[in-house]
Amino acid sequence: MIESIVSQSGFFFLITLFVMGAFGSLFFHRNDTCANVWSSFFAISGSFFGVLFSSLTLLGGQELFFTFGKTPFFILAFSLHIDMLSSFFIFVISLIGLFCSIYGFGYVKHFYGKYSIGALGFLYNILLGSLLLVVTSSNALFFLIAWELMSISSYFLVVYDRNDPKNVKAGSLYLIMTYVGTAFIILAFLLAYKYTASFDFAVLKASAHLIPSSVKDLIFIFAMIGFGTKAGIIPFHIWLPAAHPAAPSHVSAIMSGVMIKTGIYMIIRLFLDVLQPIPLWWGEAVLIIGAVSSLLGVLYAMTEHDIKRLLAYHSIENIGIILLGIGSAMTFYTLGMPTLALLGLIAGLFHTLNHALFKSLLFLGAGSVIDQMHTKNMEEYGGLIKYMPVTAFTFLVGSMAISALPPLNGFFSEWLTYQALFQGINQLSFSLQWIFILATASLAFTGGLALTCFVKAFSAIFLARPRSVEVMHTKESSIPMQISMAVLASLTFIVGFFSSFLTHMFEKIGQSFTIFQTTSSFVSVSSDQHLQSASGFSFVSAPGLFLLFGIVLLCVFLGTRLLRYRKQKIACGNTWDCGTTLSPRMEITATGFARSIVLIFKNVLKPSIQQDVEYHDAESRYIPKSRAVTMRVENMYDIYFYRPLQKMIDGISLKSKVIQGGNVNVYISYIFLALIVALFIVL
Amino acid sequence: MTLFMWILQALFIPVVSPLCIGVIKKVKAHLQNRQGASIFQPYRDLWKLFHKDEVISKDASWIFLFAPFIVFAVTVIIGLCIPLFSSFGQSSFFGDMLVIIYTLALATFFLALAGIDVGSAFGGFGSSREMTLSALAEGGFIFSLLTLSLIAGTTNVFGIASHASFLSGQYLIPVLLAFVGFFIVLLAETARFPFDNPATHLELTMIHEAMILEYSGKRLALMEWASSNKLVIFFALGANLFFPVGLASDMHIGALFLGMLLLLCKLLGFSLVIALIESSMAKFRFFRLPDLLLASFIFNAVAIGLIH
Amino acid sequence: MLNLFLKIFRTKNVVLSLQKEDFAHLDMNEVGEKIAENVKQLFGGSLAIRQVDGGSDNACEQELVALSNSIYDVERFGIHFVASPRHADMLLVTGPVTRNMAKAVKSAYDATPDPKIVVALGDDALDGGIFKDSYAIVGGVDAVIPVNYHIPGNPPTPKVILCSLLSLLETEKHRSIKS
Repeated sequence: MIESIVSQSGFFFLITLFVMGAFGSLFFHRNDTCANVWSSFFAISGSFFGVLFSSLTLLGGQELFFTFGKTPFFILAFSLHIDMLSSFFIFVISLIGLFCSIYGFGYVKHFYGKYSIGALGFLYNILLGSLLLVVTSSNALFFLIAWELMSISSYFLVVYDRNDPKNVKAGSLYLIMTYVGTAFIILAFLLAYKYTASFDFAVLKASAHLIPSSVKDLIFIFAMIGFGTKAGIIPFHIWLPAAHPAAPSHVSAIMSGVMIKTGIYMIIRLFLDVLQPIPLWWGEAVLIIGAVSSLLGVLYAMTEHDIKRLLAYHSIENIGIILLGIGSAMTFYTLGMPTLALLGLIAGLFHTLNHALFKSLLFLGAGSVIDQMHTKNMEEYGGLIKYMPVTAFTFLVGSMAISALPPLNGFFSEWLTYQALFQGINQLSFSLQWIFILATASLAFTGGLALTCFVKAFSAIFLARPRSVEVMHTKESSIPMQISMAVLASLTFIVGFFSSFLTHMFEKIGQSFTIFQTTSSFVSVSSDQHLQSASGFSFVSAPGLFLLFGIVLLCVFLGTRLLRYRKQKIACGNTWDCGTTLSPRMEITATGFARSIVLIFKNVLKPSIQQDVEYHDAESRYIPKSRAVTMRVENMYDIYFYRPLQKMIDGISLKSKVIQGGNVNVYISYIFLALIVALFIVL
Repeated sequence: MTLFMWILQALFIPVVSPLCIGVIKKVKAHLQNRQGASIFQPYRDLWKLFHKDEVISKDASWIFLFAPFIVFAVTVIIGLCIPLFSSFGQSSFFGDMLVIIYTLALATFFLALAGIDVGSAFGGFGSSREMTLSALAEGGFIFSLLTLSLIAGTTNVFGIASHASFLSGQYLIPVLLAFVGFFIVLLAETARFPFDNPATHLELTMIHEAMILEYSGKRLALMEWASSNKLVIFFALGANLFFPVGLASDMHIGALFLGMLLLLCKLLGFSLVIALIESSMAKFRFFRLPDLLLASFIFNAVAIGLIH
Repeated sequence: MLNLFLKIFRTKNVVLSLQKEDFAHLDMNEVGEKIAENVKQLFGGSLAIRQVDGGSDNACEQELVALSNSIYDVERFGIHFVASPRHADMLLVTGPVTRNMAKAVKSAYDATPDPKIVVALGDDALDGGIFKDSYAIVGGVDAVIPVNYHIPGNPPTPKVILCSLLSLLETEKHRSIKS
């Protein structure tokens, strides 16, 4: 039974489910409900089967390698290689896809009658199917075809809500950035092809030594730009805060939780598997990129008051943290410390799983809130915890997970990343030590700032008194939406509890890499289920933490109930505000909450505060009628990267405009000149 | 016997912390030429608060109601996880320094949420300032404990405490630098001068106090008790990690007793220092505080660099 | 800073010590409900006072400020002032309650948890004092909130306030007052 699932036909069945879901929902596009049910059913069952397939593959430690179909081009082959790393990514994609599809079943109802649900189902299933193909393809051209499918289907999903011009603009930005990234990826693959005469990953791996080192460095730069654009590293991240808010919420969750991880997948695949051995500066560069992305991501998140943009910036921050783990793996391996490298890889992979879980949870929660409030502006929310208690609770769990608070899952993956960085400080010489010290500093500050940002987000949305009238008309989201969020929230607890088992699994995944075949990780799982460093440097126990927290909390609660005086009453009153009348304007706003941090980091963020006053009498200007305070933040990468780039391109274009004179005779003389030069070269 | 140790360690900090606060207030009073309240006054205050009724705002949600329990439980949990009077790791599987730092962050998280929950004007900006300072202090905190971990070869705080002498030889300067950095973080996290004035009545200058303005009765008692617990936790960390003398290394009753006595002396020393600092300087303006926290971080980073 | 500490150690301690005679001639009135015995016992060890200004001329506030200085030192009896009425056991209301402050005094009273004591301080707080029958005031404090005790005087001296508070709570019965 297991044999039949974990096989070529099992994988085909998986893809077929999504294809059927796609074309069937297009077939039923006239009937909204039918299309929704059909596409959700196939998406859910496809994802469920994907989870089954990948878990069986991972637990059995198997590897599948097959080609299907024949193509007329010898450089293109539909070859698929499902090894442990691919299975892990299939697991993540399917798990998140499962919950987003369940959520989407309830969420999509508010698009009925406005847009074509058949198209939505079609695009959604194609997106999920192409994601699976991206992480399993073994031929560079086949990979590019799957990558294109993924990009195009996600573009159409981003502009799905096309009545809002901002969404269309966001989609265009997304499309351009994706194609710029794809162009760099194609360049990288072409360079590799030139020296190894093949697009197949396996052949590439075997003949990686044929590529001269300067070309390899170029491939690194192009691949980093290309896959980094998809992953969202700074400064190529500008599409993320625009595109993720524009898409429907369950698609945002997939994009943020899973699609940007495909960039990480290829970074791991190329730099830790295919192109080994690699020079030292590659690992250092990835470490620095990770540190900068995480810090700047969280700083820009603090300035946002649009909830989905805030979550998008947090995705950038977490990608930075994942890159810290992967960069340390690359650095350690080149320095000849494979046990530590395996630790870095485990940390990166664990954080990938955790981020997928809690980020999709947060996006789904944000989607429920936006659905009810019809606005994305956090400044208009407030007090929603009384109207949407389940959403509030799951959002709280997601916030605690993303801030790496114990005993949830985020804490354990950050713990592992810290261990990798600590060992770097501990064991390396002075010149390399400083990069690791800076990386640890960025991780430490990122953790604190992320906590601040989520206190701001959660309190602005759910706590205090309502700031606008619409809040009173909200109600809890529908059942499928609540179920998916609740299960994701409980998964954060479960993954945290079983983190030692998962670390063991990640160790096995890492050991499937050629370079790590015979190493054991620096952090292993001891007999009583705690994570332990090899030299006894550190250890932590997940079940122990859970037990301790639970017992002490219970004791405190019961102890207080016993200690208190019998006849105590609790009266209900108004908030004390020094005797004035309470109004929602007294509460702190999201912008006000973040103001201190923004001013502290003003050299990086360059805030500007503008005050507009409207007076009752414009001439005497005594009594104001209304005041508006707008706090704006400059985008540093905009000033220092994109604008100079734009100026340079404009300048070059202007100067080369002279070639197009409009005079046909000049054009003929160009042809003549080119012919002479070509003859000269050939002869 | 281990259960006895657990219970002893769990109860030690809640029992001793009001005494430390009392000592600080008494010393400050004498420096102001007053007689001041007795050192057992905080116990009477807590006793009275447990007997009062509560008034809870209608805007409050379950977070406001449960936050005091969570915050107090976190301080008890950390009391169990740090070396107080013994250095043998009876809680060997959660003495990791990152666990301690992030569990304290859990308490700060719920405290900040509770401050905003009732929608008062003061709670919101108190939470904003508290989170700002906590975010910036975390870097210094992790790095100061990291310095000790690198010297002692383990991140488990019991392991650090049982590492014999730091103050000898080549590690003297890094440890002292790390201690200065840690002391600044201690002042920030426990809301003492120059970060916050715990005795102020001006809401516009409050940081920690602003978040608990809405609490009354037993919840207020838990919050105040938790903040004094946090003070003693930081004192104990500073005393036993940087100056780990006199810690019991086995279960001998005499050794435990000596350890407790020495800890009380160290706590008294810290209380005196805090009282002297509070009597001789003014609170800093809020936007000067990040400079101080960054200085703490730099001290610690330099200390790490100096280790090798 | 060394000069500061030298100055501290050189200055003599001048805290006032209370004698039995000081308690003998107090003129404090019980205006409203009597305070229960267990309440006196509860607050005898620790009392948190929130001072509410109902619109006074600040004479009483100045005398209250003197209570915290090094001569009267009210803290040694376990009495301290707090910022929020939610933390308070006793509301010490000064001044006549003006029209503009009536709602504020009432909400301060509602915000204080039970058991609580309300003390009106000064002649103005009793019935308006020198502002009696003014158009700007509602009346004494008992026109707005129920008052338990009244301390007369315009303004009462800090020693009188201190001794009144201590005898109100019968503190000398519940703990020994060290002078």
